[in-house]
Amino acid sequence: MLVDSPPEQRAETAPAPPTRRAIRAFGLLLALAVLVLVALASIAIGAKELSLEQVWHGLFQDTGSYGDVVVDERLSRTALGLLAGVALGLAGAVLQALTRNPLADPGLLGLNAGASAAVVTAITYFGVTSLSGYVWFAFAGAAAVGALVWFLGGSRSATPVRLALAGTAISAALYGYLQAVMITDEAALNKMRFWTVGSLASATDSTILQVLPFIAVGSVLSLVLARPLNAVALGDDTAKALGADLNRTRALSMLAATVLCGAATAACGPIAFVGLMVPHVVRSFTGPDLRWILPYAAILSPVLLLGADVLGRVVARPSELQVGIVTAIIGGPVFIFLVRRRRTAQL
Amino acid sequence: MNRLSAESVTLAYDQRVIAEELSVEIPDNSFTVIVGPNACGKSTLLRALSRMLKPNRGRVLLDGQVIQSMPAKKVARTLGLLPQSSIAPDGITVADLVGRGRYPHQGILRQWSTEDERVVQESMAQTGVTELADRYVDELSGGQRQRVWIAMALAQQTPLLLLDEPTTYLDIQHQIDVLDLCAELHEEQGRTLVAVLHDLNHAARYATHLIALREGRIVAEGAPNDIVTAELVEEVFGLRCQVIDDPETGTPLVVPAARKARAATAAS
Amino acid sequence: MKSTRVVRSPGGLSVRLDVRAALVVVLLLLAALAASVVLIGTGDFPISAGDVLKTLAGNGNAGQEFIVNELRLPRVLVGLLVGASLGLGGALFQAVTRNPLSSPDVLGLGQGATAGALVMIVLFSGSATEVTVGALVGGLATGLAIYLLAWKQGVHGYRLVLVGIGVSAIVTAVNGYLLTVSDIVDATRAVVWMTGSLSGRDWEQVWPLLGLCAVLVPLVLVNARGLRMMEMGDDVSGALGVRVERVRALLMVAAVLLTATATAAAGPVSFVALTAPQLARRLTRSPGPNLLSSLCMGAALLVTADWASQRTFGADQLPVGVVTGVLGGVYLLWLLVTERRAGRI
Repeated sequence: MLVDSPPEQRAETAPAPPTRRAIRAFGLLLALAVLVLVALASIAIGAKELSLEQVWHGLFQDTGSYGDVVVDERLSRTALGLLAGVALGLAGAVLQALTRNPLADPGLLGLNAGASAAVVTAITYFGVTSLSGYVWFAFAGAAAVGALVWFLGGSRSATPVRLALAGTAISAALYGYLQAVMITDEAALNKMRFWTVGSLASATDSTILQVLPFIAVGSVLSLVLARPLNAVALGDDTAKALGADLNRTRALSMLAATVLCGAATAACGPIAFVGLMVPHVVRSFTGPDLRWILPYAAILSPVLLLGADVLGRVVARPSELQVGIVTAIIGGPVFIFLVRRRRTAQL
Repeated sequence: MNRLSAESVTLAYDQRVIAEELSVEIPDNSFTVIVGPNACGKSTLLRALSRMLKPNRGRVLLDGQVIQSMPAKKVARTLGLLPQSSIAPDGITVADLVGRGRYPHQGILRQWSTEDERVVQESMAQTGVTELADRYVDELSGGQRQRVWIAMALAQQTPLLLLDEPTTYLDIQHQIDVLDLCAELHEEQGRTLVAVLHDLNHAARYATHLIALREGRIVAEGAPNDIVTAELVEEVFGLRCQVIDDPETGTPLVVPAARKARAATAAS
Repeated sequence: MKSTRVVRSPGGLSVRLDVRAALVVVLLLLAALAASVVLIGTGDFPISAGDVLKTLAGNGNAGQEFIVNELRLPRVLVGLLVGASLGLGGALFQAVTRNPLSSPDVLGLGQGATAGALVMIVLFSGSATEVTVGALVGGLATGLAIYLLAWKQGVHGYRLVLVGIGVSAIVTAVNGYLLTVSDIVDATRAVVWMTGSLSGRDWEQVWPLLGLCAVLVPLVLVNARGLRMMEMGDDVSGALGVRVERVRALLMVAAVLLTATATAAAGPVSFVALTAPQLARRLTRSPGPNLLSSLCMGAALLVTADWASQRTFGADQLPVGVVTGVLGGVYLLWLLVTERRAGRI
């Protein structure tokens, strides 16, 4: 699906010619098929290999056999990977459009720092030790920082530069705090070093149920925002001339991104790079139209995340590599390869 | 032989070829103006003549030497350039910016001579920005700013001066101001000027030598009175027009044909 | 030219001096030295400033002499040199890229150095010197890898940034992995290193830093005039006779070496490279790269931050990087507020 079609410069005004639209729609279906395959692989492959038959058995005729228990466990893990992937991909795409910065990611607005600082606080000062206990802290931390960045960035008069500056400033201060705590509190360091790389291993049904509503609402909101964000991409003045409500679009985008990232980070830790890379890569073959970028990002991000998770289980058997590590290690080279292949003129 | 010329140069950005086998002579002591439609390669040619762009093939000669092989500061004392895009550093004053034009005449142990001081004053006087000397460049209007940049190029004290669309973004009065200044530099100081201009009528009025480019090739060159005809304008710009005498100067004046007349010929 | 003085000799030589900028350099230098004296006196065994000066001059008692000359002086010197290198490196990067918010981290130097250091700490339980060497190799290797991967008939700025992001992501993941497989003692040591710290630095770290600065600083300053011209864009400076490509390449290499060495010696101390040039510029109020004032500002900042950390949290409780990180955040917030009020962003 990474066919090198020329990037589209037109945004919303001119609808893509029918053939190109057909190709894109077909590509989307293809991506969806790949996602299904990866999800099945994520259930079948692991420390214990399962045959397709066993997977089928576990999914549809659960009798509590050992294979079925494994399937159940991997099912929640796969479901979490799907949810987190969708959330990170959409959040990245929305943030990049909102800040008009093709390299924006949740880190830029301080959301990861907020979640991390909240989790370290939970460990050190509230004695929380279980992964599921972190969820609300992480979500609250990300949400608080999202709100703070929005407020410091000027709320109704927020501009991309102000938001980025506010996010970087808050990140800096929070990471200072985070490091100070980790250096002085060995127990906190011991927990945090595993949490910060990002993992799907802790997936439980309760975690999934906790974050599911947020990710659902955030996803719908993002998809609805595609059209106004397309207008905002043309610059403030043009967007206003086109009749887009700039302030509302910005506020809702910030809200959607915060909710999505907060939920994903709360459930799996701060998984870096997916939210930056996938929308960026998607844009190279869909062009700047968010009505295509968002669905593609929502499908391809979980492909990357689940694929990385499967790989992480296979390479280090019987133990495993955290998904956050593997996404960067396979995503990084792919990203560099794609960057190199493109001509400078298109960058 | 003329001081500045290009010998069958091929000019390209990355793989995109702008001009092939292009040869140009800039007559000494002329006010040469390069005209042509958008993307015909006129700015590219100017960049090549000022060694900002290295030709893929062919060579640009300054005083008989290949320009790329000459010491950078030596070229900068002979040939000045006012590019289209230039950045005024934050918080710099007019006098400081003009002073930066003295760079090719300075060294580590010769940072600011009395001569530098004199030339800067003179350049500001010539361009009429002396009163602005202590103002910050960011605070100036577009017309004032353009004159400051010209003053900087003048402070370089080069016999040859290249200007890339010096009148863009200026209103009509300031456009004429800038062109008058160029004419003065050419007539009173005997400098050789090469400018890229958008407006054909300005070009015809001020140039002593006109080069018309289309798709990287020279279509015609010579004195405006000799070459500017309705046929040439149609060939270069694809525009039907009449050429009449400018009532003020007697130079050619291009008057585009009325919309209906053009539509009629297009239909026939 | 209100604040500029020109000194001319009869032989036609002339030197131009921006009085305000020169004053700023002198004051910053004094501030850095004063902070150094106070810092030497700070610790579990406090020594008065007078005694510190007396001991430095060679007139102290044996106990003080050991503490000052063997323990605390080298540490403070490392602080001064690291701060100076970071300040100068940051100023060079910001001037060459014409982006006041850029820093050498575009080239992944910090992450690369961290990876090198972590390999030494986690896999080999290396000594301080081995960690320094590992960090230097890691930083330079990462920088080189990014440069080569971004090379394609020349290096395009945006492609460099993108490749830098990709490589940094990979290296960060490796660092995260190393932290998860280490034992807790090594992990603590690693996190302290990653924060940026001056504790335990001795003469072994001073000499290479000093040697490098002695070579690079004059080299950079000689090319400063060309860099000043390049503020006006490649075309204008090229037309004025600056060899833009050569000056840029030379200064970038210098900036990378300065930053990589400083990072190897003290860890990736955050925000000094970013803020020192900006603060220096606000003090001198002059355009231009402000190289010398950035250098002095960097030295003063780092030593003062170390002193603040020791005073606030107790001797060697928290590494200096915590303080610079928090200060960096405060500075950015202040920047946000003032720039907004001035209507610039």
